Amino acid sequence: MSKMTLQTEGDTHVVVTRRFAAPPEAVYRAHTDPKLVQKWMLGPEGWTMPVCISEAKPGGKIRYEWSNGKGAGFHLTGEYLELEPYSRLVHVERMHLPDTTPDNHVETRFDADGTGTLMTVRMTLPDAQTRAAMLATGMERGMEASYVRLEGMI
Amino acid sequence: MNRRLPASQESSSPSQVSRENFFLTISFDLYNITLMDAASNLNAAFSALADPTRRAILARLAKGEATVMELAAPFEMTQPAISQHLKVLEGAGLVVRRVDGTKRPRRLAKAGVEAMDQWLAMLRKALEKNYDRLDEVLASMEKQKRGEKR
Repeated sequence: MSKMTLQTEGDTHVVVTRRFAAPPEAVYRAHTDPKLVQKWMLGPEGWTMPVCISEAKPGGKIRYEWSNGKGAGFHLTGEYLELEPYSRLVHVERMHLPDTTPDNHVETRFDADGTGTLMTVRMTLPDAQTRAAMLATGMERGMEASYVRLEGMI
Repeated sequence: MNRRLPASQESSSPSQVSRENFFLTISFDLYNITLMDAASNLNAAFSALADPTRRAILARLAKGEATVMELAAPFEMTQPAISQHLKVLEGAGLVVRRVDGTKRPRRLAKAGVEAMDQWLAMLRKALEKNYDRLDEVLASMEKQKRGEKR
């Protein structure tokens, strides 16, 4: 069963949807409460988020720092723009790899779906090139995870 | 890391078709990234995919090989204009041509489709991993909530 969809839309959007067994309030909180974000937004196996700042108010700061425990790391900064508990979040974010990527404008909707939630994340990048670069970055991180798995098998 | 395979290893087969159609839901500018070595061809590839006609040409080629005439048919464009677009796509490593008498049918580079397949699977995996963890976080939140009510 694949609960997640990932699609591009037009030239500059990426839309991700995912269903959760919990109500919108819980999913919303898991996206805004730093103690909860820190537990799951980790990407590939082996990475942790030692620093997680999430000021869930308009203009509030976001800062996520990831580490692989072996000296490698990168971070993300952003700001909240709009918050409608527990149905909608709008924020901007950028990665520091360490070069700073262009702003990614992200709208996250949490819609009740039976007893669960349908979450829709709609990202808007400044242009097609930036979107491609962003997804390519995701690729590299994903590949790193596969190399790690490979190492485990050898 | 070189993900581009020699042209001799590129071919298309019927089993490829449904997979290639699936990829149509994904923008082809992503496609391109997987075709090239690190940054070597980056700008050419990005600009190649920024054009809607070229994306439409790729979408058509995903259904199978086509001649320039066939490719030009759906567009209000001259064949030379289409040829120019194809040249850009070939330069970016997205399309290859074959010699068939006087014809030069074009097709997608299979290596690129496969690289994209792998790449996309990995990207999805990383995201899915996050959301699987979120499932666990949500489950423990729910458990905690029930505990508090008791």
